[in-house]
Amino acid sequence: MREIMYREALREAIDEEMQRNGDVFIIGEGIAERGGSYKVTEGLLAKYGPKRVRDTPIAEAGMIGVGVGAAIAGARPIVEILYVDFAMLGMDMLVNQAAKFRLMTGGDGRVPFVMRTQGGAGGGVAAQHSQSLEALFYHIPGLKVVMPSVPADAKGLLKYALRQDDPVMFLEHKHLYMTKGPVPEGEHIVEFGKADIKRPGKDVTIIAWSNMVPRALEAAAALAEEGIEAEVVDPRTLVPLDKDTILASVARTNRAVIVQEAVRRGGVASDIASIIQEEAFYDLDAPIEIVAGLNIPIPFNLELEKASVPQKDDVIRAARRALHIQPMAIAAK
Amino acid sequence: MDEAAKRNAPSREFLEKIFRTAYRIRVFETEGIKLYRQGLIRGYFHPYLGQEGIATGVCAALQEGDYIASTHRGHGHCIAWGADVKRMVAELLQKESGYCRGYGGSMHIADIARGNLGANGIVGAGTPLGVGAALAAQIRGSDAVTVTFTTDGASNNGTFLESLNLAAIWNLSFILVIENNQYAVSTPIEEATRDPDLYKRGLSIGVESHQVDGNDPLAVYHLTREAVEKCRAGKGPILIEAKTFRHMGHHVNDPGKYMPEERLAYYKARDPIDRARTALIEMSGADKADIAAIEAEIAAEFAEAVGFAKESREITPAEFREFVAAY
Ligand SMILES: Cc1ncc(C[n+]2csc(CCOP(=O)(O)OP(=O)(O)O)c2C)c(N)n1
Ligand SMILES: [Mg+2]
Repeated sequence: MREIMYREALREAIDEEMQRNGDVFIIGEGIAERGGSYKVTEGLLAKYGPKRVRDTPIAEAGMIGVGVGAAIAGARPIVEILYVDFAMLGMDMLVNQAAKFRLMTGGDGRVPFVMRTQGGAGGGVAAQHSQSLEALFYHIPGLKVVMPSVPADAKGLLKYALRQDDPVMFLEHKHLYMTKGPVPEGEHIVEFGKADIKRPGKDVTIIAWSNMVPRALEAAAALAEEGIEAEVVDPRTLVPLDKDTILASVARTNRAVIVQEAVRRGGVASDIASIIQEEAFYDLDAPIEIVAGLNIPIPFNLELEKASVPQKDDVIRAARRALHIQPMAIAAK
Repeated sequence: MDEAAKRNAPSREFLEKIFRTAYRIRVFETEGIKLYRQGLIRGYFHPYLGQEGIATGVCAALQEGDYIASTHRGHGHCIAWGADVKRMVAELLQKESGYCRGYGGSMHIADIARGNLGANGIVGAGTPLGVGAALAAQIRGSDAVTVTFTTDGASNNGTFLESLNLAAIWNLSFILVIENNQYAVSTPIEEATRDPDLYKRGLSIGVESHQVDGNDPLAVYHLTREAVEKCRAGKGPILIEAKTFRHMGHHVNDPGKYMPEERLAYYKARDPIDRARTALIEMSGADKADIAAIEAEIAAEFAEAVGFAKESREITPAEFREFVAAY
């Protein structure tokens, strides 16, 4: 299968959906003329013109708000926000407007709105440009939360997002844009609420999303050398969450490690852990392990930044703990 | 000497201070970019090249006890506010001796002890923060003036109107300086607003507002000086729009190809450093040798700062754990 970059996959999704449906349009800072800071929207202005591909001033509350309004009126906006950190300026529009609208209107009002943005640490961009904020959106009923880890999922999920009628927080990761992966030619759609097993294994289930998927896969490869077969489950969408795939995996491996880049406190990992213990307690042979970011803002210093978010070795250690393997026993083996 | 006389015949000491500040910023940015390219600095680095006249002129009109709040393009404000270049370089090199002990970096450099509330990674955030500092000063009965340096980009963000309006209804000692460099990354001001004369935004809500050539440090100084006096007399807030232009792209890695050559040439021909230098020569009688001595001194100061920063250590894991334990 052909391999393309995550950002190219996103571009294909937007391009195909804009082609397919004249109601789809995109606005954001520097997305038209310049093709976007991550080059996702390159070429779209030339193809679809300035009516459907628009640059905006730096006005996140307004941009998100007009996106929500346009969606309510039947268009299908994509609002690109440069960093998820800046989406905080538009929280009223997301939390009090977009998320509530369908219920408040008794089901008549729908909000087919997609906010594309990116988060995550890496590269020393410090506390206001490094956050992983999915838990904030996850907490708000009415918002869908999508976090693709590979190009194929990025494309398929974005196309799906642009065909359904509820507000979607489409959260990309700054370190994934240049990563490559196989993406099928032609129509490729990934429905929400369907987890993907990124690596099968029988000994321990590692649940991870976004940039923690490649990290979990690296950990799984290292664990395989020790004879441990880890299964890596990528939920792909946190809302809706595919509990069935997660629970079935845990039923096979009897051990679960959940990895999130976001800070530990109040995180999605804790919620998934609570679901597993509630619904699969007797499948478990060990306490559920959570590997997460420290409960702190991300420091600028690169070593401290690394220490703030999960690394491969943290995942490996957690998997060993879940298997009751002492570090010494590994060394002796 | 009264104001008008001073304006016509500024002292050599004053002119030298203006030139030194502007030149120090120029050296910091030019040399800092080299350090960035050598891989010694990571993350974002937004050069203040071309805009030095604004921070220089504004800060020269302030006094100890006042506050400033800055932007993502904040090195110049920090230097003009009298920061120690050693600790600034150390911060960019993520060292323990840096202003934020390596936790903040370029976009968050601050000098809290001396009233610099810091650079900011969020466009527009400095305006409400500055208004807040002015409010605190009013409540605490201090005569401190707060200046927020903001940008053309931020003037289209909701924080601008909300906070400037608060400063207005409460008569705060607050000066909002819009550095209108006419671009927000690659978006020209003409595409971001119908009326690019941003000082008019203040007029519409009853705030005394002015426009000034931001590349003329002395003009910026005199206007700010008047604004400060009005603020201390309870006649704030005041808005100042300083027109300027970047000398390069948005950040170190942006080639800035979208910036029209003629306009860039126009502003480069009105370089704030040249103007400060010329003023010093023409108005005080300093000669070429005097200038060369000042320039050499500032270059040496920067080189020393780099040495200091390189030799400084980083925060240890133990110090880090202790610092963040309370989170
Ligand atoms: C709220 C917010 N939105 C977007 C950004 C990304 N961003 C950083 S600087 C910048 C452009 C800023 O232009 P302007 O405000 O005019 O300041 P300048 O860079 O020209 O000094 C943008 C869009 C940000 N940091 N914060
Ligand atoms: Mg600007």
